[in-house]
Amino acid sequence: MSEREIISVTVQRGGPEAPQYPQVFEVPAFESQTVLDVVSWIQQNADPTLTYRFACRVGMCGSCAMMVNGVPRWTCRTHVNKVLKGGKIEIGPLRNLPVIKDLAADMDPFFDKWVAAEGRHHPTLSRDDAIAEIDPEQPARVEASLGIECINCSICYSACDTVAGDSDYLGPAALQRAWTLYNDGKDADKDAILDAVSGKGGCHSCHSMGSCTAYCPNGLDPLSAIAGLKRATTQRFFRGRAK
Amino acid sequence: MKAVARAHPLWLAYILHRISGIGLALFLPFHFWVLSLALNNAAQLDAFLTLSDLFLVKLAETGLVFLLAVHMFGGLRLMALEWLPWSPSQKTWAAAATSGAFFISIIFLMQAI
Ligand code: HEM
Ligand code: SF4
Ligand code: SF4
Ligand code: FES
Repeated sequence: MSEREIISVTVQRGGPEAPQYPQVFEVPAFESQTVLDVVSWIQQNADPTLTYRFACRVGMCGSCAMMVNGVPRWTCRTHVNKVLKGGKIEIGPLRNLPVIKDLAADMDPFFDKWVAAEGRHHPTLSRDDAIAEIDPEQPARVEASLGIECINCSICYSACDTVAGDSDYLGPAALQRAWTLYNDGKDADKDAILDAVSGKGGCHSCHSMGSCTAYCPNGLDPLSAIAGLKRATTQRFFRGRAK
Repeated sequence: MKAVARAHPLWLAYILHRISGIGLALFLPFHFWVLSLALNNAAQLDAFLTLSDLFLVKLAETGLVFLLAVHMFGGLRLMALEWLPWSPSQKTWAAAATSGAFFISIIFLMQAI
């Protein structure tokens, strides 16, 4: 039997409580190995103190995102052979977020902005009313449906240079969520949504550089959703608020 | 750790737009100053225009015209991208039509002068 191939993995260690430094691990290659498998192998076989985060392992929960060779990726569905460069990989915590320790980034700012962008449901009816029917082919619903598969992984947020330069910027995922709700026939407060996304750090801060859309693992398009908010806020500015 | 990978078309278009915008902002005051010579100091303008025969100056001017063209089309591209909710195939057709029309009109212009 031939020797198993070895991958040289550079992992960013440390956080606020210890200095940050890169540490190199030699990890045996397996077939169909994902980047998350590599990180788990290190934690189980080389250094049990390595901190990282995952849950579903199938691209549903959005908790395993990390920087892989400088690109934000969902590690559970990123195959090693797709990202391996000369037998090496570099893995770090998600960019644009504070680091808790090692590969675990603090997602609080990401979720706080989700709320700040009015990313919550404003009901039209109460539980006592009959359920309203929604035609899935209706244009606004089609637009809303384009954004609902977001898994809150924060990959777009890490990819965005506007987030990197402006700590107030709400970011692609929160703004896309706002656009989804804006187009949702069952949402009763469009004005609250437009108010939340038109101020400082809102949709008009986006420079349409499209890194969010380029790297979203679910193939979503926050860039176009934000363009939708730019149009909606501008139309409201000229036409006035709905009464 | 590695620098973030950004080399995808929209990001490159964005950085080109920013660099050309800054280049224009640096150049335009100088450009207007040269134009003002036509009103205030014709002799100096003539001296400058002789200078503009130099190859290096020509090259620099070509660069600036290029910057303006890049920035203008980049800006029009951005405004179309953000303000016209078109489908991807509509965008491709619009870009093809615009560049086709631009190409034909440039050839026409070059034959005219
Ligand atoms: C020719 C017509 C022009 C058009 C259609 C145009 C369009 C635009 C647009 C849409 C933006 C926003 C870019 C973004 O959000 O990232 C922009 C940014 C900018 N423009 Fe122009 N512009 C024009 C002329 C100029 C001129 C003459 C100057 C020089 C004074 C200039 C300097 C800039 C600068 C410095 C920026 C900031 C770049 C950035 O934010 O990335 N532009 N332009
Ligand atoms: S398109 Fe907007 S939100 Fe997306 S990466 Fe660029 S600046 Fe960020
Ligand atoms: S839009 Fe895409 S990249 Fe951004 S959080 Fe949602 S799933 Fe992740
Ligand atoms: S572990 Fe759930 S998305 Fe990767």
